[in-house]
Order: sequence, then C-alpha cells, then structure tokens
Amino acid sequence: MPEYQNLFTRVQIRGPAHYGVPIKDRTYWRRDGEPFYVYLLGVIGNAQIGPVYLGFMGSASLICGLIAFEIIGLNMLASVNWDPVQFVRQLFWLALEPPNPKYGLGIPPLNDGGWWLMAGFFLTVSLLLWWGRMYRRARALGMGTHVAWAFAAAIWLYLVLGFIRPVLMGNWGEAVPFGIFPHLDWTAAFSLRYGNLFYNPFHALSIVFLYGSTLLFAMHGATILAVSRFGGDREIEQIVDRGTASERAALFWRWTMGFNATMESIHRWAWWFAVLCPLTGGIGILLSGTVVDNWYLWAIKHHFAPGYPAVFGTIVDPATLPGATR
Amino acid sequence: MKIELPLAGALFAVAAAAVVYTSFTLPPVLSTQNGWRGTAMVQVELPAHRKALQAANVVPEAQPPADLANEKSSVAYENVKVLGDVDSAEFLRIMTAITEWVAPEQGCTYCHAEGESLASDTLYTKVVARRMLQMTLKINAGWKPHVAETGVTCYTCHRGQPVPAQIWFKETPPPEPAYAGNRNRQNQPLPVVGDSSLPHDIFEPYLSKATEIRVESAKALRTGPNPSIQSTEGTYGLMMHLSQGLGVNCTFCHNTQNFADWKTSTPQRVTAWHGIRMVREINNEYIDTLVGAFPANRKGPMGDVAKVNCATCHQGVNKPLYGVSMVADYLALKTGK
Repeated sequence: MPEYQNLFTRVQIRGPAHYGVPIKDRTYWRRDGEPFYVYLLGVIGNAQIGPVYLGFMGSASLICGLIAFEIIGLNMLASVNWDPVQFVRQLFWLALEPPNPKYGLGIPPLNDGGWWLMAGFFLTVSLLLWWGRMYRRARALGMGTHVAWAFAAAIWLYLVLGFIRPVLMGNWGEAVPFGIFPHLDWTAAFSLRYGNLFYNPFHALSIVFLYGSTLLFAMHGATILAVSRFGGDREIEQIVDRGTASERAALFWRWTMGFNATMESIHRWAWWFAVLCPLTGGIGILLSGTVVDNWYLWAIKHHFAPGYPAVFGTIVDPATLPGATR
Repeated sequence: MKIELPLAGALFAVAAAAVVYTSFTLPPVLSTQNGWRGTAMVQVELPAHRKALQAANVVPEAQPPADLANEKSSVAYENVKVLGDVDSAEFLRIMTAITEWVAPEQGCTYCHAEGESLASDTLYTKVVARRMLQMTLKINAGWKPHVAETGVTCYTCHRGQPVPAQIWFKETPPPEPAYAGNRNRQNQPLPVVGDSSLPHDIFEPYLSKATEIRVESAKALRTGPNPSIQSTEGTYGLMMHLSQGLGVNCTFCHNTQNFADWKTSTPQRVTAWHGIRMVREINNEYIDTLVGAFPANRKGPMGDVAKVNCATCHQGVNKPLYGVSMVADYLALKTGK
C-alpha cells in the first residue's frame, strides 16, 4: 500500500466536472467558467479548476488590489529609473516608503508618502472586500463563517501595523513600508526602537501560537495520513461515525502521550492557535510606543526578564561623564 | 506524468546549487564567545577571508633611526609650521616615511613643487599634508580614549595611496522632478550599509553633523514623543557601517538583549563612542576646513572634500593594522617634538 503513504496524491480520478451544489442565491452574479483539469495541481490538490464565483465584492476587491499592486510596483520601477533589468535585480531591496514623520497624519506630497497612503487605502479596501466575499460565500453555501473570522484575525494585525497604531502615534511614518527587505528592516528597527520585542509578552504569546500551529499542523496531518489506509482521510464522516481509523489514531496518542484530541476538536485546536497568533501579535504591536516604550525595561520592572552579570567590569556611559562631547 | 516531477526536481536542484555557490561563504565559520553564557555574545570569523585581510593590513618596515643633528627643524628649514621642535634629522626621516606612506610613486614632488624651494607652499598637497600632520598630532595626543597608546600615522589611512581608499562625500539630493519612485535614500544594495536596504545617507548626519544616534527609550513606559522608526533605521544603517568597517558583529560592543544598556555592554563600546566623536572632529575641524585648498577634481559632486569614516582607518579590522603601533617608531607624531 505505498500509495497511501506517499506525500503526493497518486491517484487522480477524472469524472464529469463537478459544478457545485445548487444554492438559493439571489444575487445577479453566478459561478463562471467551464471547469478544466490540471494534472500538476492534481498532485497537490484537486485537479479540477473552476467554476469561479467573482461577484461584486470579488471583482471590486481584485480591482482595488490591482490598483495597490500597480502603485507599489510602478513606484518601485520608477525608483530604478524605469530600468526593467535593475527592477528584477534589486526587487528585494525596493520599496514604497511611508511618509516622512514630519507630515504627521496630514496628507503628504505624492512622492513623499502620498503614493504609500493611496496604495495602503486600496489594499485595505481590497482586503475588507475579500473578507466580505469570504463571509457571504460561506453563508450562501450554508457553511459556518470560520474562514472569514480567521481571515479577520490576520486583517486585525495588518490594520494595527498600517493604520491603528500609526493613527494612535499621530504619524503615518510609523507604518510599515511595502517591500521585501525594507519591511524586514522595519521589523528589526521596531524591535531595536522599543527595547527588544522578545521581552514583549504579547510577542511571546504570538510566537507560542505560531509555533504551536506548526506543531498541531504536523501532528494532525501526520495522524490523518497515517490512518488514511483505514479511511481516516474521510474526517467528516469519522466525526459522527467513529471508525477504526479514528479509534487507532486516538489510541496512538493516548498510548504515546496519554491524551487525544477528537476528530472534531483537533480542528478547534488548530483554528484557535492560528487565529490567536495574529490577535496576540497585534496587541503587542499596538502597545509598543503607545503605552510601553522599552519592553526590556518593562520586563525587568515586572520581573519578567532576568538580569545578567556585568562581566566586563564597570562600563559607564561616556556621555554622562563631566565634560563629555555630545 | 513520469517526466514532469523529476524534471522539476532537477531544475530546483540546479537553481539551489547556483544560489549556494554564489552566495555562501566557504566553511568553516569560527565563533568565539566573548560574553556571559546564553547571551549569544560571540565573534564570528571566516578563515576563508582571513588571509586576504591579513595581507592587506601589514605594517611597512620602519625607516632606520636618524643620527640626531641637534638642530631644530624650524631652524634648519624654512616655513616649518608643524613638528618645528623636532630634530631636523628626525624631521627628514619622518618626511621620508610620509613619502613612502602617502605618495611612494610620486615621491617628494607630490607635495614639494619641482624646481622650487622646499619651503614653497605652491602645491595644495603640501597645504593639505601640513593640516593632516596637525590632525595626526591631535589624534595621538588628544584622542587617547580611542587610539590609546597605539596611535595613528599617515599610513593608517593612506596605505601607500595619495587618497585613502575608504572615503565619503556628501550625497547628491535625489533628482528632480520626481513624481514617483522616491527611494527615501534607502532601499538600495550598497556596501556602506552591508548591502542591506537600510538608509545609506548615514555619514553626513552622523559623522559630520551630530545627529542623535540613541533612539531607544530609557523609560519603560511612554513619556512623550520619542525618536521615530525611520530615525531608528538611520542609526541601524550607521551601525552596519561600523560593523562592516571593523569586521565585527553587533555583540563586539553590545549585549543585544538590550542594545542601549551600557552596564552590560563591552568596553569596546566606550572606545567606539569616542571614535565617533573623533571622526566628527576630524571631518569638521581638519578636513572640511581645507575645502578652499583642494582642486575641483578632488572634490565630491556636492563640492566637498573627501571625508573619513570608521573604515578609513579600520579597513575591516577591529584594531587598524591588527593593533601594531607605528607611532612607536615615530614618537614625534605623538609628542610633537
């Protein structure tokens, strides 16, 4: 049975295309496109592509997202003097920077943050519209809205970084640039500025949920693959009608660690861990600079961080000595 | 089906090998602990780079000692405005050394105009050299918190070249009209900031002007408006230059647990603090004041004179020339006599 243990789907079944269940949809929009098959996508997922539901919010979201993408991309291209070769070579370094701090929350000149403000606006609108689309499509299918609320957790972190915190700080310049390395440098500078983010307890919680998510994902994925030879991949059926796959999986974890999640509750674990990662992270970012100015000193004050011995003798800040130059 | 996966795998392997070959350093990477355990305070060294670095930082042999003439140079020669109290034979020995350090190919006539008296100040190079001697004396006598007893000579920066290799000029302002594509003087892979996307306009604000380098708050809770993230990136860029220029990690000076804290920093951080102030004085008092003396072809795009940064002396080594004191052979460059 090596097929069941393979990392890729080995058997692709090609029947008539599945057009989806009928729904009571009162909107003007319909599912578009004639379904077709892609073998390589079938290796990692469902080989059938389409039909797609675009809808008003989907279309508007894509248009707003495209506008933001173009503003960012064309600004990057302009920054290398419209040279496509340099654009590719320097792509990871390029960015659309937020306004200079001197403009506060005012409207900056177009080329000194104005483009950034516009790109941020359209990207935010695009994300919110996509969120609405997630919510409405789930409702139309009679599903719960868990996907939309998980997405909302990510949008919360995005809004904290680019909107809520800058507004509380009174300065668009506090926000994150659009760019690969530049946003990473922003992250490092943020930690340096606020006294080492590792001492921010909400950052710590966020890391717990991030790494916890990968652990749960690995445990769950491995468990289901391991019992798929007994039909364990039919998880939904196994929730209500526990079969031998579910019982073996449960017994495996009770044997090895004394406790097992159920076929249903493991998905609650995963959902909460994933959602709490950006929720707690966003709180940590929001408090930096608005309430806490130096997380290391805060952690020392609250006995959250250890002090280390001064192994280099007495080192004194030379600027505090009498007669010191500035 | 049977071909696509192996083909994709082979393409991935080729791409991965190309990335590894072009961007990785040859092992081993040696690290030495220099702080309390668990603080990750280590210095990283690459033996693959060591040989080239050592070859580039060799001290030239000292000139043979001079038989004293028992006559002051200011008496023996005309128009001597520095080192006037030095014995004239030692003065000549230092002049010979300076030629070897600064203009070995051009010789004496690089500063002393051919066919004119040695006293002549016709050439701008002589005017500059005199000011540089005053600077060297000031550094060796007045900046001991940075250079200690090791001191500096012309060779520390010049290395046998009339213009030191590691210099900087003021940056030109971004071109006009610019309706899009403002790089904000960053986001460009330049060696000054270690090919990062940090702000590269770091020398004029921090090493000529006294822009505040400290950005981290000394209070746990917010007390008012404090330095911005963008000024933090500026400090970060400057620190990248220090790190590159000295060939050291952040942990050479800082306990990165808390960058701002002095109590857990290393003594080298104090040395660096004085070094930054020393560089500012060199640039403002000794170099920018020569702007009238230099010809246009020696000036930068903004019409300023080439200035120094940490790398001008250090050249990738935390103690320039691996800490060998050349001043010991030319004590007049420290005492002025």
